Amino acid sequence: MSLDNKTAAVKMRNITKSFGPVLANDKVWLDIYRGEILALLGENGSGKTTLMNMLSGIYFPDEGTISIDGRDVVIRSPKDAFDLGIGMIHQHFKLVDVLTAAENIVLGLPGKLDLKAASEKIRGICSAYGFEVDPDQKIYDMSVSQKQTVEIVKVLYRGADILILDEPTAVLTPQETDKLFAVLRNMRDDGKAIVIITHKMHEVEALSDRVAILRHGQFIGDMPTKQTNAQEMTNMMVGHAVTLNIDRPEPVNPKPRIEVKGLTVRSIDGILKLEDVSFTANSGEILGIAGISGCGQKELLESIAGLQPVEAGSISYIEDDGTREELIGKDPLSIAEMGVSLSFVPEDRLGMGLVANMDLADNMMLRSFRKGHSLFTDRRTPKELAQAVVQNLEVSTPGISTPVRRLSGGNVQKVLVGREISSAPTVLLTAYAVRGLDINSSYTIYDLINKQKAEGVAIIYVGEDLDVLLELADRILVLCGGKVSGIIPGRGANKRDVGLMMTKLGGKADE
Amino acid sequence: MNNKAHNPLFHVSRRAALPWYRAWGIRAAALLIALLACALITNLITGLNPLAVYATIWQGSFGSARRAWVLFQNIAMLLCVSLAITPAFRMRCWNLGGDGQMLIGCLATTACMILLGGKLPNWVVILCMLVSSILAGAIWAAIPAIFKAKWNTNETLFTLMMNYVATQLVAYYIIIWEVPKGAGKIGIINQSTQAGWLPQIGSYKYLLNIIVVALVCVAMYVYLNYSKHGYEIAVVGESERTARYVGIKVERVIVRTMLLSGAVCGLAGMLLVGGTEHTLTTTITSGRGFTAVMVSWLAKFNPIWMVLTSFLLVFLERGAGQIATSFGLSSSYADILTGLILFFIIGSEFFINYQINFRHAAGKED
Repeated sequence: MSLDNKTAAVKMRNITKSFGPVLANDKVWLDIYRGEILALLGENGSGKTTLMNMLSGIYFPDEGTISIDGRDVVIRSPKDAFDLGIGMIHQHFKLVDVLTAAENIVLGLPGKLDLKAASEKIRGICSAYGFEVDPDQKIYDMSVSQKQTVEIVKVLYRGADILILDEPTAVLTPQETDKLFAVLRNMRDDGKAIVIITHKMHEVEALSDRVAILRHGQFIGDMPTKQTNAQEMTNMMVGHAVTLNIDRPEPVNPKPRIEVKGLTVRSIDGILKLEDVSFTANSGEILGIAGISGCGQKELLESIAGLQPVEAGSISYIEDDGTREELIGKDPLSIAEMGVSLSFVPEDRLGMGLVANMDLADNMMLRSFRKGHSLFTDRRTPKELAQAVVQNLEVSTPGISTPVRRLSGGNVQKVLVGREISSAPTVLLTAYAVRGLDINSSYTIYDLINKQKAEGVAIIYVGEDLDVLLELADRILVLCGGKVSGIIPGRGANKRDVGLMMTKLGGKADE
Repeated sequence: MNNKAHNPLFHVSRRAALPWYRAWGIRAAALLIALLACALITNLITGLNPLAVYATIWQGSFGSARRAWVLFQNIAMLLCVSLAITPAFRMRCWNLGGDGQMLIGCLATTACMILLGGKLPNWVVILCMLVSSILAGAIWAAIPAIFKAKWNTNETLFTLMMNYVATQLVAYYIIIWEVPKGAGKIGIINQSTQAGWLPQIGSYKYLLNIIVVALVCVAMYVYLNYSKHGYEIAVVGESERTARYVGIKVERVIVRTMLLSGAVCGLAGMLLVGGTEHTLTTTITSGRGFTAVMVSWLAKFNPIWMVLTSFLLVFLERGAGQIATSFGLSSSYADILTGLILFFIIGSEFFINYQINFRHAAGKED
């Protein structure tokens, strides 16, 4: 193999880590080479993040050795990792909003504070790899992708030459992703070792030189990306063959169900979040919502669900016989009391959709506990529902009395979606329904959503993965800065056009 | 060999949920170690036989029938306040005003006994005591609750400050109602007529209080674990956003739960004044509103376990007092022992949630 002549920057041998009875990593072997981008693949709970956390000093392995450039090392803390040139960029940014990029980058470093020199060094790093960062810009003025850039520059500034990125593209537009990939390639060509954790197969194929696959905490294998394909990698991750097509049946007898007119929403701080948004969601149809994160998707869904104070506009619920009911000014309870069966799978699953410390059965009760006139809660029905959800959606859990926070991301989402569709809704709102989920779980969720569609539910699907949105949605509404940039049919839509509409109202100038 | 860096001697990692018997085994072991440590220190410092000291602690609680009754009365009072603050605690609303809410209940009871005693039939007086003390406690809790619900003020500080207001009010009324004039204290109220004194069951002075608190305990357990309100409290406590998402009116739940909390505190005040003390002082609550915080936390907010934790705390306190008198040790010494025991018990929670992994005997390097 051509890789043999490269030096292994990191050798992880026999790494084992358990959390209680759960074996997160089981004698994992992994080599990371300089001048190479390694994609670390695996389903949720397969131990990718755990493995990388041990490399970056957040966890300490129960067994096994790590060597850097042939020397055995012990990484006890993130500082040890930094000293060895290992830097990790986490999914959640760790930046101080009110400081500038340069201040954030030098924060916590020993030695005299010399912002001018720091800015110079930052500019040097930026021009070397093609980053676009203004060292004097405040973090709160930055877009998500700029913040991520600051995080990457931060670890480079500290001399990291082994970089680990945990799902870096989850928050980026296609254009921003392309830019990120370009700088990652520049860094690779400069001889840095790069590890990227991702679920998106097309990104793995586009970017990585080599893939390593984990399954259930065990190392399954690694190979040059050129010698494999998405289907083979997926099969290795899942352990059996899977099909990678998302169904999109034609909508059956679509009728207007939710009509939004001139919706305008301001945040508590008075910032305009949605401006004059109008659209109709039909029954038996999936309306996809595309947009850069933070463009009003959350406010849009929460306005419909009765959780967001609205400044102007109207949201009508239209019943089959054509009668209209206004939803604005009603809270979730009064919407339910009106007989509107509206289900909402929010973005923040454990902080909003579920109660992390409660068990599955108690979480099933959230929607139904008020039923009946008794002072006491009915404990049996939720238990039966929890059993049914566990069985039908193949939730992997020790039992229905396990707190949901102990479940992996995919299983948490199955529990939440399972509860929300159990009430036979007429409207289903979902926000980032497959964020952080592995392929298997994602396809389970797509199937569930398609089943609801077949039953005539009006589905509003806020997504971040454009490839999925283009395959799944019947129509796509593109938001740009809180305004409707356009509504286009999902069939035949083109990723570049949608990407342009996300960043510029109306997309192409000649449209 | 030299280029091999050494693994740390041990590292700490989180445990998965332990089965209940292992968790309680750890707690029991902690108690045992605590007793051993106390014995060792007692022997080293005072030269006394630790077994004799422990026997005396036991004597302090169970040495005579009277002591046992006092023990159970004290447990009942502490448990009652602990039960009162628990619904608020389950809601992650830190009601540190249990003391003030209880004291204001004492004040309301005293007012009824002094102003109405002898003028109305006794059962009416007692009914007035009951209603007014519950109302007074509820109002004392409702004020911080409304401010928290409406303007998100900090309930910890607010309830804490309400304690001082209650103490000052009581001090004021003690001067107004003092007997005899200039004494600065109220003394036993209605000693001759016993008006407003809660009825005694048989010859057992404390039995009524104990029975009432036992009923409150069971009722609170059922309320918190099986009622719709209890479920709402749990959801609001875990996540206000989830509560709003499912249409729970968070403000209403906060105020309602704090009202309940204050009402039971007021009831505790009524039991204390009407049932056993028959007087009013500014320190009549003995800081139970604060000890209750520990009782509630140690029992993880479970009303049934709270019977055990309040027993533990009262038992230690009574025993501490006893060794102070029997051996002529300062009562601070008893506090040291209590502190040591609590240190071990609270510390054991760490070993329940985490485990320590020692470095594997470095076999590979040999």
